[in-house]
Amino acid sequence: MNQKPTLKDTLIGYSYLLPALIILGVFSVYPIIKSFFMSFYADYDFFKDIVHSYGFDNFIYIFQDTEFYKSLTNTFIFVIGVVPASISISLVIAILLNSKIKFGKLFRTIYFLPFVTSVVAIAIVWQWIYHSEYGILNYFLGWFGISPIEWLNDPKWSMPALIIMCIWKSLGYNIILFLAGLQNINPQYYLAAQIDGASKFKRFWHITVPLLSPTTFFVSIVVLINSFKVFDEVFALFNGRPGPGYSAQTIVYYIFEKFYNEWEFGIASAAAFVLFIIIFIFTLIQLYVGKRKVNY
Amino acid sequence: MEIKLTNLAMDFQQTKAVNDLTITIQDGHLVSILGPSGCGKSTTLNMLAGLYKPTAGEIYFGDKLVNQVEPEHREIGMVFQNYALYPHLTVLKNIMFPLKMAKVNKKEAFERATEMAKLVQIDHLLDRKPGQLSGGQQQRVAIARALVKNPKVLLLDEPLSNLDARLRLEMREEIRRIQKEVGITTIFVTHDQEEAMSISDKILLMRDGTLQQYTTPLEMYDKPSNLFVSQFMGNPPINIYKATVNKELKRVELKNSNVHIPLLGNVDVTKFPEDVIVGIRPESFVSETSSKELPQVSISINLIERTGRDTLLSGKIGEQQVRALISSKQQLGNVEELSLYITEFTVFDSETENSIWYFDGEGAQ
Repeated sequence: MNQKPTLKDTLIGYSYLLPALIILGVFSVYPIIKSFFMSFYADYDFFKDIVHSYGFDNFIYIFQDTEFYKSLTNTFIFVIGVVPASISISLVIAILLNSKIKFGKLFRTIYFLPFVTSVVAIAIVWQWIYHSEYGILNYFLGWFGISPIEWLNDPKWSMPALIIMCIWKSLGYNIILFLAGLQNINPQYYLAAQIDGASKFKRFWHITVPLLSPTTFFVSIVVLINSFKVFDEVFALFNGRPGPGYSAQTIVYYIFEKFYNEWEFGIASAAAFVLFIIIFIFTLIQLYVGKRKVNY
Repeated sequence: MEIKLTNLAMDFQQTKAVNDLTITIQDGHLVSILGPSGCGKSTTLNMLAGLYKPTAGEIYFGDKLVNQVEPEHREIGMVFQNYALYPHLTVLKNIMFPLKMAKVNKKEAFERATEMAKLVQIDHLLDRKPGQLSGGQQQRVAIARALVKNPKVLLLDEPLSNLDARLRLEMREEIRRIQKEVGITTIFVTHDQEEAMSISDKILLMRDGTLQQYTTPLEMYDKPSNLFVSQFMGNPPINIYKATVNKELKRVELKNSNVHIPLLGNVDVTKFPEDVIVGIRPESFVSETSSKELPQVSISINLIERTGRDTLLSGKIGEQQVRALISSKQQLGNVEELSLYITEFTVFDSETENSIWYFDGEGAQ
């Protein structure tokens, strides 16, 4: 089978790839390239699709826009609020589920439910949980003497509300990944460590954590990228608004606003491009850290 | 440290994995727990390690009852069958791990680990990860890690079964050397009788969870307590023949053949049961002897295998299969019939299968 590919073979090969390539090309590759160019449209007549001039005007605009900075800040708060909490909580739950408990499989299914449920449905449930008068969350807080919080209407509390819901929603998927990772660890290492004198916590810290690091690394990249891209949760939780007084506006929401509501395609594209660069940088940092920490 | 097991038992649901085991292991001895798979040898080891809690009986380390002591506090070192080296740590850190857990300060831990690495001869590999080592090297690291915290007992769970034949030979000598040098009480689990014979001070042979015999390797080989022990020890296996005792003529007569073997020496035949089993080791056949009174049998030969050191003859005594191992120096040519002397054999009670008499050449002139 070491023959050189003939023209015919190549064409047949490409024809198999073609359906996927067309879909990817039309819905992914073309928009990416197009939006990259759009971000340089300085003067654009979108009725006639004529670009009068190119330039950095859009980038200059967004970097002078306080709303853009506000969205950036919100996004970073969101990422910091969601990523570490989501990873650590799902790791703990995964370890509990991995130990021999009764109804373990049932719990696995229950924890996976948020992942397969539509964001809109989840948001409706959480709107009830967060409800200032009838919500169950305020009811519980009332036990500790905390007066009702206007989770969804107070600009101060809209980000925490969003973060809590998103942590909860991200658990299912992360738990499944962690469970798979945990089951890949040979139980003999735990026996060996036990005989080497390691207590339960030390076995977790010196065996589970390092041997799980490839999974943790993968989970952290996925969660980070998803968190930077947060949009539908905001849209659904605050009924199509970026929170009270734009208090929960994230970058993608900013892009959405500029694109669909204000028809500022150039500015939206420029903001999208900035988001791309941010995610790219963070992923590079993660890859760098990952290479040093995750190898065995 | 001396280890004492009294009436030790372990049940898994319906099956008795270990049944009423009472033995004492002397300080500094290397004891092999030997037996076919499923005989309870690994279960016994795991109980010694504390990974299983016995359902009955006591385990004493020295004078201390350790039944309820967790593995991490038993002061034991253990080498697993697949070594279980921590894949994310270097060789050095693997060896230092038990010391780190015991909160030994770093400098001392480093010194002790390197010293231990020298003992097992892997001090040139300290910066490698386990994945970069060969099976024999991993084995050495595992031994170093087990020994570094100066445990009182070393447990080895089939440590050689993942190695190839030549390396196995080398490593079992190494284990013996290291054990002697450190002087640690060692328990070695294996299913390979040759391994157990070569390495141990004493062998503990088990079958279906029950102790069969606990004695020195040579004694177990020469004086097996029952038929199972005699068949388990030795390769090629012992020849087994059903026979009846002729008390008047003081001899055993093999069934289905016209062969009889005299019972020589000081033996009280009257106490023998009617039906017995005679076990003759292949190497107990010799073609020449200075003593003329040794029992003699005639063998018709089917197959001759020369392996260099000795020659394996397969053939028949009367109607029964026989294997005999004789010196290669013996010129055989194309003989079809050969008369051989029997230097040793064992007589078992055919009902209880316990051994009742050993013939070791004494009584013959």
